[in-house]
Amino acid sequence: MNTKVLMKGNEALAEAAIRAGLKGYFGYPITPQSELLEYISRELPKRGGSFIQAESEIAAINMVYGGAGTGERVMTSTSSPGYSLMQECISYIACAELPCLLVNVVRGGPGLGTIQPSQGDYFQAVKGGGHGDYRVIVLAPNSVQEMADFTYLGMDLADQYRNPVLILADGALGQMMEPVIFPDYNPEDHKVDHSAWATRGKPNDRDHNVITTLHLVSEKMEEVNLTLQEKYRTIVQNEVRYETIEVDDADFIIVAFGLTSRVAHKSVELARAEGLKVGLLRPQTLFPFPTNILSELADRVRGMLVVEMNAGQMVEDVRLAVNGKIPVSFHGRMGGIIPQPEEILDRIKLVYNVNEMETA
Amino acid sequence: MSAASEGIQCAYIEDLDEVWARPSTLIETTMHYCPGCGHSVVHRLIMEVIRELNIQEIAIGVAPVGCAVFAYHYMDIDMQEAAHGRATAVATGIKRMLPDRMVFTYQGDGDLAAIGTAETIHTINRGENIVMVFINNGIYGMTGGQMAPTTLEGSITSTTPSGRDLAMHGHPLKITEMIAMLPGAYYVTRQAVNTAKAVRKTKRALMNAFKYQMEGKGGTSFIEVVSNCPSGWKMTPIESNQWLENHIFKNFELGDIKTPPKE
Amino acid sequence: MAKTRGHISIDIDECKGCELCTVECPQDGMAMSTELNRKGYHYALLVEDVCTGCTNCALVCPEAVITVYRENKANKTKEKVAVITDVRDNITVTVS
Ligand SMILES: Cc1ncc(C[n+]2csc(CCOP(=O)(O)OP(=O)(O)O)c2C)c(N)n1
Ligand code: SF4
Ligand code: SF4
Repeated sequence: MNTKVLMKGNEALAEAAIRAGLKGYFGYPITPQSELLEYISRELPKRGGSFIQAESEIAAINMVYGGAGTGERVMTSTSSPGYSLMQECISYIACAELPCLLVNVVRGGPGLGTIQPSQGDYFQAVKGGGHGDYRVIVLAPNSVQEMADFTYLGMDLADQYRNPVLILADGALGQMMEPVIFPDYNPEDHKVDHSAWATRGKPNDRDHNVITTLHLVSEKMEEVNLTLQEKYRTIVQNEVRYETIEVDDADFIIVAFGLTSRVAHKSVELARAEGLKVGLLRPQTLFPFPTNILSELADRVRGMLVVEMNAGQMVEDVRLAVNGKIPVSFHGRMGGIIPQPEEILDRIKLVYNVNEMETA
Repeated sequence: MSAASEGIQCAYIEDLDEVWARPSTLIETTMHYCPGCGHSVVHRLIMEVIRELNIQEIAIGVAPVGCAVFAYHYMDIDMQEAAHGRATAVATGIKRMLPDRMVFTYQGDGDLAAIGTAETIHTINRGENIVMVFINNGIYGMTGGQMAPTTLEGSITSTTPSGRDLAMHGHPLKITEMIAMLPGAYYVTRQAVNTAKAVRKTKRALMNAFKYQMEGKGGTSFIEVVSNCPSGWKMTPIESNQWLENHIFKNFELGDIKTPPKE
Repeated sequence: MAKTRGHISIDIDECKGCELCTVECPQDGMAMSTELNRKGYHYALLVEDVCTGCTNCALVCPEAVITVYRENKANKTKEKVAVITDVRDNITVTVS
């Protein structure tokens, strides 16, 4: 069973979702995530779930809301413009505390933009995106294997915290083919009892369950917010995940997530070959963000460089974590362009010896 | 319950047969609706039907934003509130996960025929086996009486201060006739609750719709209830019901629009 | 005058005074109170002993506060009593 198979990232994610006990998928076609929807349309109905190609991303995410309200495992996937359309309902889902898996295979924006890979949706993914104070747990895979692994993890976290979980991928991760191993995972062993709140029909011996996000009394709405914030604090405490590469003796750190972390890894090798003690920190969870480790590293390295495929979004969180202790530089490409290891190395060399604060 | 201590009292009331009482499925509390509002009547009818069909344990309702967003305070069944316009998408998600449950939506005209038009059409086009209850009161009640897609020509609302001008605002949308054309629509009817006779008919229509869903027949059942909004229309409840008879029903004719094929 | 065969009881504190029941009563047996209820509405009352238990008032009542009763054969033999208190001046009540 646990043999290696060569698969596209989008398909690996889809296969993992089905193996994780997916019961409902609701989505709308958009490049570069359509393989995901196509794979599920082919496989899920055969394997005990329900697939709908919705009339829009708005309808799709609201089907997710309805399905999640029954306590079953449901998901949707989309790419940037579609994720924008979903924001209103994601706010509802977060407020109503419904477990579900979301996938954004990001493409270059703003606007219709390009179908090439991008990380331009970091702010939208990590800071909320829709209205009100809410958070989505954000997982950032950087390989086809992690596209699968984070799908299982995401479903479990969603159930555990009754919170939407987003897999933030990009066009390249979705399309690239790599070997992947699907772990042993029996959905039955991961079942969470949602009967206390799910709307599945009211038995005679309990009050009716209501899923709502409307609380007109300010005190009640504040109470709901405080409960959510308490949950987010627990998530921040328990669920931070990151990977470090060559940081032990490093005096300079690159911070990158997802696809750019692969390029940055190469840059670390190039830098090391030239005698520069460069390491890499890769956040695997973007919310919760690995603030503590960054703060600790800032006490012993001379500087950091954040590399993203956007105009500089995660860099703001890195700077908050570092809190002015060391200079944090940024290198980004946009429009669907993947930065090259050499250009990152050039950038490292430029800032390696600069001691004063740098903002560009 | 405090019964009147005035008016005609019957000393032997316990000897009489109770022939009509509030359904047990309607939660014992004061509804927030304005006096004389049809929303309350339709809520009660749905609860009567759910009680009489004995489906309280398998019924799941969806009420989107609109005056009826608090329907879950009154209906003693599991319920989900939905974003404005998205009730049928939410209901689709529920029904696909739990096909043996009796799922219904309860939507206003702004919800169903403006912001949620795409969801309305495509849910019915998929023939989702749910019941859609559509309250057409010709106005946006909750937000304070703005024009709805169903507002009649010339009607004054807070956004059509000199009456709905067709050139400026387009035509009253007869969405019920539109969706009746869809193959996924199984039973489509337009009813009212302004008289006892109309209430009886609406109840029968609701009963049929839920029965069709239970039998798993052919598609979506769609019940429009042409209703009033005394507050939004700035009329007394009695005046608003007369207005229905004299004006609205002339444009939104009552009766079945599509009935299931005879077996 | 129609033979009385029914009766209603109204949860007057839950009545919102919409008057729809009074219009719908085919026997014209209902009227609104002069007093206000707890919510501040004039409430509906059965003021003529003419109720046939047709349920019309209850069907149109948005608040679902009217319960309707009807005589059955078993209690038909019983003597009819109507107690009348605090009714508007201009309403006459006949007890048969
Ligand atoms: C996305 C969004 N836009 C607008 C609103 C504001 N809003 C709430 S209810 C409503 C109209 C309700 O009218 P209708 O659906 O006809 O129901 P009624 O209140 O008349 O029963 C509007 C515009 C909202 N809640 N959400
Ligand atoms: S505003 Fe209109 S629709 Fe809303 S409760 Fe009042 S009368 Fe009914
Ligand atoms: S219909 Fe109901 S709420 Fe309206 S006046 Fe009669 S008893 Fe009161």
